Amino acid sequence: MDDAKLNAIVEAIVRELKASGAVQPSAPTAGSATWTPPAPQPFSAKPTGFGGSLTIDLPDPTTPEARMTPRVTNAKDPNGVRALMASTSARIGVGRAGPRYRTVSLLLFQGDHAVTQDALYRDVDQRLLDEFNLFTVQTKVSNKQEYLLRPDLGRLLNDEAKRTLNEKCQKNVNVQVVVGDGLSAAAVEANLRQMFPVVRQGVQSAGLTFGTPFFVKYARVGVMNDIGEAIKPDVVILLIGERPGLGRAESMSAYMGYKPKYGDTDADRDVVCNIFENGGTNPLEAGAFVVQIAQKMRQHQASGVKLKMAK
Amino acid sequence: MLLRTKLHGKTYEFPDIRLLMGKANEEKSGDHLAGVGAETAAERVAARLVLAEVPLSVLRETPAVPYDQDEVTRVIQDAVDESIYAEIKNMTVGDFREWILADTTTPDMIRRISNGLTAEMVAGVTKLMSNMDLMYAAKKIPVTAHCNNTIGAPGTLSSRLQPNHPTDAPEGIRAEIYEGLSYGSGDSVIGINPVDDSYGSVSRLLDMTYDVIKTWNIPTQNCVLAHVTTQMKCMQSGSPVGLVFQSISGSQKGNESFGISVGMLDEAYELAKKHCFPKGPNFMYFETGQGSALSAEAHNGWDQLTLEARNYGLAKRYHPFQVNTVVGFIGPEYLYDARQIQRAGLEDHFMGKLTGIPMGVDACYTNHARADQNAIENLAVMLTAAGCNYFMGVPMGDDSMLSYQCTSYHDAPTLRQLFKLRPAAEFEKWMEDLGLIRNGVLTEKAGDPSFFLKR
Ligand code: B12
Repeated sequence: MDDAKLNAIVEAIVRELKASGAVQPSAPTAGSATWTPPAPQPFSAKPTGFGGSLTIDLPDPTTPEARMTPRVTNAKDPNGVRALMASTSARIGVGRAGPRYRTVSLLLFQGDHAVTQDALYRDVDQRLLDEFNLFTVQTKVSNKQEYLLRPDLGRLLNDEAKRTLNEKCQKNVNVQVVVGDGLSAAAVEANLRQMFPVVRQGVQSAGLTFGTPFFVKYARVGVMNDIGEAIKPDVVILLIGERPGLGRAESMSAYMGYKPKYGDTDADRDVVCNIFENGGTNPLEAGAFVVQIAQKMRQHQASGVKLKMAK
Repeated sequence: MLLRTKLHGKTYEFPDIRLLMGKANEEKSGDHLAGVGAETAAERVAARLVLAEVPLSVLRETPAVPYDQDEVTRVIQDAVDESIYAEIKNMTVGDFREWILADTTTPDMIRRISNGLTAEMVAGVTKLMSNMDLMYAAKKIPVTAHCNNTIGAPGTLSSRLQPNHPTDAPEGIRAEIYEGLSYGSGDSVIGINPVDDSYGSVSRLLDMTYDVIKTWNIPTQNCVLAHVTTQMKCMQSGSPVGLVFQSISGSQKGNESFGISVGMLDEAYELAKKHCFPKGPNFMYFETGQGSALSAEAHNGWDQLTLEARNYGLAKRYHPFQVNTVVGFIGPEYLYDARQIQRAGLEDHFMGKLTGIPMGVDACYTNHARADQNAIENLAVMLTAAGCNYFMGVPMGDDSMLSYQCTSYHDAPTLRQLFKLRPAAEFEKWMEDLGLIRNGVLTEKAGDPSFFLKR
């Protein structure tokens, strides 16, 4: 919400309250970053008469402009607060009511928490998978609830998946890209269109073979081991949805490993994380970056902590 | 070994200590995942009845992973003060609980006994405690440590300033630091979880935070929570490091999955003593959390509470400045809902204090767990009552990089004012000199990040 709109709304409300006698005419007109709250008014039990004409019709507090509205009263440098806020998506410049949050910030937080949970229970859009010719295989997990409670099963391909990979995938490739839903379908949807082509292009122009890509439903990072065993690629790149943050579910990771096999752990893997547009690692850049890492893994024949030690 | 009891006329028998320990826990999704949780509420209580009669020596002799297979077990067992152990080994777990709670047992007595304990004993007694037992007992055992300032002193509550940013942008992190400092967060450490674990990026953040600390003369320390090997490289290359961090796990196999070993931590500790810029003598920082061993399938069939206790035994070797569980961080497969997270937070804090380490808590939840901010505020209040050393300070509790929610910049002053506590003494003086706090209450200047724009 821009300031002009905010001003208009606040002024309208103040006008109404003044007319009803609920506030003193000296109440400040709001709008600037340095708005000072009015002194508390004694509570009056008498009906004040504006009940019938009360209209509350609020704009969406989740627009970027509304989120970026400074809430610090009496800031030493109001423009400075704005500039600081612009440098991060973290909830700063929020001010305080005593030591607690201001009402708008508190309710915005609650609103964001409310919408976040939805991302967890959604599947990746089939049309997106079709666009990139990704066929689907599944882990041993059979539904979302089980996915959340049984990460062990999410690390294992089911038998049918193993058969399918055996039939459909080229073996012994240099780079195998796999897409997994992980904890956020929205993350895959938000980034795959940009990132996937860059990775494919990058691998091919590096003169490496690009394995038959596919999608794993109910995937955990550890499923890379089963994939490595089935396809025997040099490098596996798993693009997977990270757990959703507050009001933000579009963050994706690329987990990578050199010749993943049974028994490999996270110490044998690398990750490029926080992939999303506008504020995270840009998916195009991330695409180029993972190709570089894949080349490094092949060069040193190692990944994870071993790769770190080799460099 | 016979482990059996009757309860309401029904007989319950447990095949071994491992399962007895698992089934005696309050309900946790992670224990079911590991296949050691009680099947019924009655079985849970039956397990506790039996556990209460087990002598501590049996727990010493039954480590979660055998001595010859696991270096974490060796670290803990070898550190036991045998003469103190001899005094308590015949005590049962139930008697040990009462001894800790007794009016005649002083903090010093508990701190002394700590040195005769192993993690399995610590875990055992925790299973017999109710939530309020855990608060009351932990409150009896303040543990302090010193780096550039003192953490954990009675009457104080500290806050780690956690200014994470989704791309590690130094300017964004700096802005978050300013906001946090203006609320009085940062007396435990200014500690960033980096997105990029590379030496270049990590050393840049160390330089930037050190610059803020020097410019404003803040009695605190910095830390970038990269993998310990990256921080070792930073120290060797002359970067200003305040605390050296590592996540640890309760078994050798778990630590291997984190890419660390006791040897590596020993080396990091030696480097820290030599290179860290603060006064010390405590320079290490560890994070733990129920479920981390299980998530790496490195729990050897044991329950997550016992594995967690082993973290503290390992941490103690390095005389840390601070240790915190990140309770609720991993997800609902280990701690399903608010009730389980709250229970685990109280357990972990108590176990850390009983082990003798300066324990704080990252009271938190993820968006896939059945919990909300109210639940975490409740937990913070309970833990403050229990004497917790510190909490996290994150902008409104929403970590925009780690995708989880925890305590906020605002929560530190609120909890301090609720419980008449103060920041760490040196830090409070610093805030007073700047005019940000008066008599333990934030002044009108506080809560404004632009305060720090110009020195
Ligand atoms: C949850 C989590 C953890 C959990 C993982 C357990 C679990 N069951 O999920 C715990 C607490 C154990 C953990 C530990 C560490 N983590 Co972590 N973790 C995350 C987090 C918050 C979410 C991951 C996620 O959504 N995964 C998606 C789901 C679908 O995957 P999953 O199969 O359920 O879980 C697997 C992954 O989470 C993986 N994993 C988690 N962390 C890491 C780190 C590395 C380097 C690797 C290879 C794998 C890995 O382990 C799980 C089990 O296989 C991310 C932040 C983010 N934005 O992604 C950081 C993050 C991935 N972790 C990070 C780090 C640095 C670590 C540690 C190395 C910290 C340390 N100094 O010790 C350790 C050790 C990791 C290891 N090698 O084992 C960094 C990675 C930075 C980088 N580019 O290398 C991130 C980005 C956060 C950060 N900036 O600090 N982590």
